[in-house]
Amino acid sequence: MTRTELKTRRLTVPAKKAKRAGAQRPIWEEQPTFGGSLAKSILIGAIVIAVLLPLWMVVITSLSTEETIRQAGGLVIIPQEITFGAYRQVFAGGVVTRAIGVSLFVAIVGTAIAVLVTILGAYGLSKPSMVFFKPILFTALITMFFGAGIIPTYLVVSSLGLINSLWALILPTAVSAFNVLVMRSFFMGIDASVLESARIDGAGEWRILFTMVVPMSKAVIAVVALFYGVAFWNAFFNAMLYINDNRLWPLQLVLRSYVLQGTAQQGNVGEQIATGGAPLAPIALQMALVVIAMLPILVAYPFVQRHLKNGVMIGAVKG
Amino acid sequence: MVIPMLVLFLLFTYLPILGNIVAFLDYSPYSGFFGSAFVGFDNFVRVLADSGFWRAVSNTVVITVVQLVFYFPLPIILAIVLNSVLNERVRTIIQSIVYLPHFFSWVIVVTIFQQIFGGAGIINQILRANGAEPIEIMTNPDVFLALLTSQTIWKDAGWGIVLFLAALAAINSSLYEAAAVDGASRWRRLWHITLPGIRSTIVLLLILRLGDALTVGFEQMLLQRDAVGVATAEVLDTFVYYEGVQYGDWSFAAAAGLIKGIVSLVLVLGANKIAHIFGEDGIYRR
Repeated sequence: MTRTELKTRRLTVPAKKAKRAGAQRPIWEEQPTFGGSLAKSILIGAIVIAVLLPLWMVVITSLSTEETIRQAGGLVIIPQEITFGAYRQVFAGGVVTRAIGVSLFVAIVGTAIAVLVTILGAYGLSKPSMVFFKPILFTALITMFFGAGIIPTYLVVSSLGLINSLWALILPTAVSAFNVLVMRSFFMGIDASVLESARIDGAGEWRILFTMVVPMSKAVIAVVALFYGVAFWNAFFNAMLYINDNRLWPLQLVLRSYVLQGTAQQGNVGEQIATGGAPLAPIALQMALVVIAMLPILVAYPFVQRHLKNGVMIGAVKG
Repeated sequence: MVIPMLVLFLLFTYLPILGNIVAFLDYSPYSGFFGSAFVGFDNFVRVLADSGFWRAVSNTVVITVVQLVFYFPLPIILAIVLNSVLNERVRTIIQSIVYLPHFFSWVIVVTIFQQIFGGAGIINQILRANGAEPIEIMTNPDVFLALLTSQTIWKDAGWGIVLFLAALAAINSSLYEAAAVDGASRWRRLWHITLPGIRSTIVLLLILRLGDALTVGFEQMLLQRDAVGVATAEVLDTFVYYEGVQYGDWSFAAAAGLIKGIVSLVLVLGANKIAHIFGEDGIYRR
């Protein structure tokens, strides 16, 4: 068993395993009543349907023809004819194609910067012997309790000359004290004697961080990267504030402008997004946009999920 | 190694905190920070005399209280129900499904709600097809609170469930066995073991929620403010945004924002203090 596994194992809660080792009901527990079990199954089933049905309808509608959508009168539940026309239109160039590029750039570059800054900060803060340890820790903690407010932040970002720059979507949200603390508490759980022996062997702090601490902390780094990545991908308000040039709009802002405001005001989104081709129901186009906006999350979801349990626990337990 | 982090904090948190000085100026972008006249507390007097500000305050408080009553307990109850599912695999699958929407943006969530409940949405299409009058949900101020709360539930209840499931898993199962042997019923075990076991998680999330009490899902509100109207959907943050960035009354908006920031800070610290009095850790230890 590698050291990483040892560390992760120590952080999981063994009580759960002991309690739920099999699907066996412990002897001391009463048998559930029939009504109780029935109510429970219905409740859980209803919750699962409430989450999945809307997503199913969105995906199916994005793949449907105009005819099918007209018959269904809106979102389609039962797929009839499957067409990728909406996606072809979306990717044919134009506003949406560019917006996807912008969003990917912001999410990837932003997450890379954010994770790096967080690792460095968390490692520094995991060693109380550092100079100015207390003031630096305090500087980070205060940002969790007091936000500066929309107006002064806007004024600062604009006087830094970041208006209409994609850096305005990355730098202001590039480090969150909460994530630094989550990672720090993980780093502090690493056996100090291992790092100490490396230090005696002459390894510098950078080397210790990147060849020992980081490989041991893959789980927590994955979780923090997920938090940052999702936040960058989903953000639209910063773009609304700082990006006036609609060629630099991220996907979420395009989605808001064309789909939400479009349906509220004109209900005629198709012409604005579409760049020619066969007439498709605007709804299919809109839903294709929604699917594309959900896609990176759906792709990353199972991958990070196995790490998430440990990470959430650290976050939930240590706050 | 901490330098990049410190630079980002200084530039984008501490510099703006200093920038709150505009709340005490008669600021205009042309004259800048140094060319604008110092007006003391004039902007705060204007804010406190403004009916729009108080409408935003009352909307914010109403929304927070409604969500606290109707949203907050739900993940706790559902987590306890889900925790009683014996089959671990079924439980994991359900868990993964229910917290998926937490990772979707508000734009997506509101879009989906619009397609289902909106004027051209599926519910109204069904009503029309059956000859009934369509009902307006997305733009109706009367049902706005219910709409907001159900959006929050759909998006975030699953995430809350995961947090509480983690807390439930940490309860020592021999406590349940000992209580059952002593004749405690299912409900008594829930009351005397389960709830005390997750009390610190409940308190922690409650405090965090209080810190956000004046923020009430800013993006969620911003997306729907225009459709529903300012009378019910204007909250403090949207008020600050529109007064400042849209109408250009920077100092007035900054003053309103500063009031909000300070009240939020007092709420968090106060709630934390109360948690300490009751022997909980809260956000930080004493």
